[in-house]
Amino acid sequence: MKRVYIWLMLLPSIVLLVTFVHYPAIATIIDSFFSNKTVFRPRTFVGFDNYAQLLNDKVFLITLKNSFIYSFGTVPFVIAISLAMALFVNKKFAGKGMIRLIYFTPTILPMVAVANIWLFFYSPEIGLFNKILQFFGFRGYNWLGDVDTVLPSIMVMTIWKEAGFFMIFYLAALQSLPKELYEAAKVEGASNWLIFRRITFPLLMPTTFFVMVNAVLNSFKLVDHVLILTKGGPDNASNLLLYYIYETAFAFFDNAYASTLTVVLLIILVFLSLFQFRFIEKKIHYA
Amino acid sequence: MEKLERLGAWTLGILWSLPILYTFWAAFHTNGFATHFSLFAPLTLKNFVIAFNDAPFLRYMFNSFILVTMILSAQLVLCTLAAYVFAKYDFFGKDILFFLVLMQLMIVPEILIVKNYQTISFLRLTDSILGIGLPYMASAFGIFLLRQTFKTIPKELDDAAKIEGCNFLCTLLKVYIPLSKSTYIAYGLVSISYHWNNFLWPLVVTNSESVRPITVGLAIFSSPETGVQWPILSAATIISVFPLLLAFLIFQKQFINSFLYTGIK
Amino acid sequence: MFKKIRLLTLGCAASLCLASTAVYAQKIKLTMYYPVAVGGPLTKIVDNLVNEFEEKNPNIEVNAIYSGNYNNARIKALSALRAHKPVQLAVMLSVDLYNLIEQNVIVPFSDIAKSKEDKKWMNSFYPAFMENSKAFGKVWSIPFQRSTIIMYYNKDAFKKAGLNPNHPPQNWKELVSMGKKLTNDKQWGIMIPSSGYPYWMFGALAKQNGEVLMSKDGKHTYFDRKGVIGALNFWKDLSQKYGIMPKGVINWGTLRKNFLDGKTAIMWHSTGNLTSVKNNAKFNFGVAMLPAGKMRGTPTGGGNFYIFKSATPKERMAALKFVKFMTSPQTAAKWSKATGYIGTSPAAYKTKILEDYVKSFPAAKVARDQLKYATAELSTYQSSRIRKVLDDALQSVLTGEKSAKEALSDAQKESDKILKPYR
Repeated sequence: MKRVYIWLMLLPSIVLLVTFVHYPAIATIIDSFFSNKTVFRPRTFVGFDNYAQLLNDKVFLITLKNSFIYSFGTVPFVIAISLAMALFVNKKFAGKGMIRLIYFTPTILPMVAVANIWLFFYSPEIGLFNKILQFFGFRGYNWLGDVDTVLPSIMVMTIWKEAGFFMIFYLAALQSLPKELYEAAKVEGASNWLIFRRITFPLLMPTTFFVMVNAVLNSFKLVDHVLILTKGGPDNASNLLLYYIYETAFAFFDNAYASTLTVVLLIILVFLSLFQFRFIEKKIHYA
Repeated sequence: MEKLERLGAWTLGILWSLPILYTFWAAFHTNGFATHFSLFAPLTLKNFVIAFNDAPFLRYMFNSFILVTMILSAQLVLCTLAAYVFAKYDFFGKDILFFLVLMQLMIVPEILIVKNYQTISFLRLTDSILGIGLPYMASAFGIFLLRQTFKTIPKELDDAAKIEGCNFLCTLLKVYIPLSKSTYIAYGLVSISYHWNNFLWPLVVTNSESVRPITVGLAIFSSPETGVQWPILSAATIISVFPLLLAFLIFQKQFINSFLYTGIK
Repeated sequence: MFKKIRLLTLGCAASLCLASTAVYAQKIKLTMYYPVAVGGPLTKIVDNLVNEFEEKNPNIEVNAIYSGNYNNARIKALSALRAHKPVQLAVMLSVDLYNLIEQNVIVPFSDIAKSKEDKKWMNSFYPAFMENSKAFGKVWSIPFQRSTIIMYYNKDAFKKAGLNPNHPPQNWKELVSMGKKLTNDKQWGIMIPSSGYPYWMFGALAKQNGEVLMSKDGKHTYFDRKGVIGALNFWKDLSQKYGIMPKGVINWGTLRKNFLDGKTAIMWHSTGNLTSVKNNAKFNFGVAMLPAGKMRGTPTGGGNFYIFKSATPKERMAALKFVKFMTSPQTAAKWSKATGYIGTSPAAYKTKILEDYVKSFPAAKVARDQLKYATAELSTYQSSRIRKVLDDALQSVLTGEKSAKEALSDAQKESDKILKPYR
């Protein structure tokens, strides 16, 4: 009797997970080997044709490049800034509560709201950034309208939004560090920087690892801002893989090619997760 | 705290608060002063009035509210049941199954957006709140978290319940759930903020106003081609983030503790 | 005796019930998706028009769903169709025509509006607007919110720069020379938006240089023709060579605010923005036809009504009725006055509403008068993809990444690849 109950209790979750994770993953992979059904032709098996199209697709190659730049560009900064925030907020000082609030608030805002706010921030003529720059005598930039500055601009915005979230995890970890180590170091006259480098940072490696894995995964999942701000422009300079998938499926109605692109995304995610778990975990000390 | 560190903390803080301050400034001032920062510029609530008139933000907030409530309720039930099984019972294929469950941590519904959208269409659930929520109701994160928590509950309590004549369901209800309260609160807050702010999937699934959540509502309201006035857009933005922001300000400690808590796990 | 009376009353009641349910059952429900692409509280106006129609037609119920911009409206309508949700009509870009034909989802108006009167109605619109509606000898869509590009200019800024505020630039040469006088530390001479719908702006420049961008059958594009490349070079030169326009991509959504804030003396934008500019400008502004290159030119733009195949015959007739109402001279006049979109038929301009409006606000006439120089908007099979190809090329040139020749040749190659299966 018990067996039945076990499976009954698992059933709803399993059914939903299979429906929305495992089945679509497999179905997408299968779909990538077929062409679309249109008025003129039926759906046919095309082998690796769609994948060949990938290699010739300039837009795909650019989005791939952008996605990696975006990911590897934002994650280190997110880690560094969130760690700094946690270190600041972990100490006692006047106004600590408010500072912590300021750091954390961007996290609970939806990305679409953040994008709208930063759209005007970045606006060349009437936006705040350029006004401040011009006040100090520097020239303003067309942040979102220039091929060289658009991706970094989006990255800065992402860092602003995400850092506060990961600050919390570092805070939790900091509070669980053994106080004796610090007292011992202080007795030996170690400087703050030395303490950080030799004690704090190594002990925080598990958290850093956790933050890194999540930040990297997030960076491939989040494209709300691209949709709002640039739609991938100018000339695909801010186009990211998931956004290209969305555009291909829902604007061009090309499900076959969208599936192919999705398979690429899946491979990237799996590869990154494996890479992080295999190689980096080996290097972490678990104090 | 060293002077340098304090300077660093405050500088970062000021920089970090600029975007939000800017938004509040623009929302409460008229078009002319939205980008001029004179100290005595007249304040106005007109932008909020216009925003409310131009789009049904109250309806959007209601939809979001229903959405997060529906998702959370389902998650609590489904994840509790599944976590209980994974924590307490052994059966053939358990580890493989658990690994398959954990895959959802990496492969969220948006990643497989094309296929998932087809599935929801097939189920005739497009343009419905259920259609938005269904893919999220079985949450690998929730199952994982609760399993960890359930595992820490000492066996003696189990045995004590058995003696009192409790079957497994009764044990679950009377022992495990009450003892995991802090996990539930933590998870609940994380889930609510995640789904209140979710955008791409709801965008694709919803069509009409009566179902649209607030993130999609705000995006449509600000569709670049419309070229909405910046103050009105700021007001709309504040309206959209207001409920969560207010809840956060009131329950600050709980919010932070809950994120902290789930982090430790 | 009483039994008979009772039976009779019962019979009457029953048939009354049946009749009322029959009447109720006859109420036809229509669902329509529509976009708003320019500023202003247009959804309220649409709702009012729908109410007016429903009052006059109590057996038809119209659910008008605002769907964001044109892209969203198209995506929404098509997704709803695929999900087998009831959708009978939508307002979508006139240039979505070939997409919709390929997806096999629309029914030509020619197949529904068959009577002589109907045919007269279909012929009552400005020919420039019908160019994007016709394919395979049939009329597939009816103009609703149509626009052209017009040149908005700041008369006060002109005066300040020593220029005649009643003489806006008439040709490319004057545009450059006046632009130079108008550009200073605080103000640019001109802004032409290049995010959002850059291909649309480019259609104007190409026509002004004597070229069109595609063939009438939707199967060929002409991106690498000499005149087309020349038009793009002129656009690029405005910022790179003459310095009267900012470099890089100019944002569509913030352009109006830039103009109203005095950051640019001239802007090219849709007529759809007219009412909003009129209500918010704190300076004297004027409106003029776009300056001529070799000739004057502007693309038409905007959305048409389409009826979907999935509508039942009864629904199609109801939808036709609704479309006729929404495009009648009276309604078209109201819509034009409230939004700045162009009245879609000559008859609309003969209504009192528009006659008075044009008299009091001559700027409203400019767009209509420009129609004789109008050309069809870029419309081909796989139009979303082709538009993206051209948009990317345009942006790459405006940001200084590529030369016009290189970008447009590449775009033409790409476009040929995409369109080959249709030839």
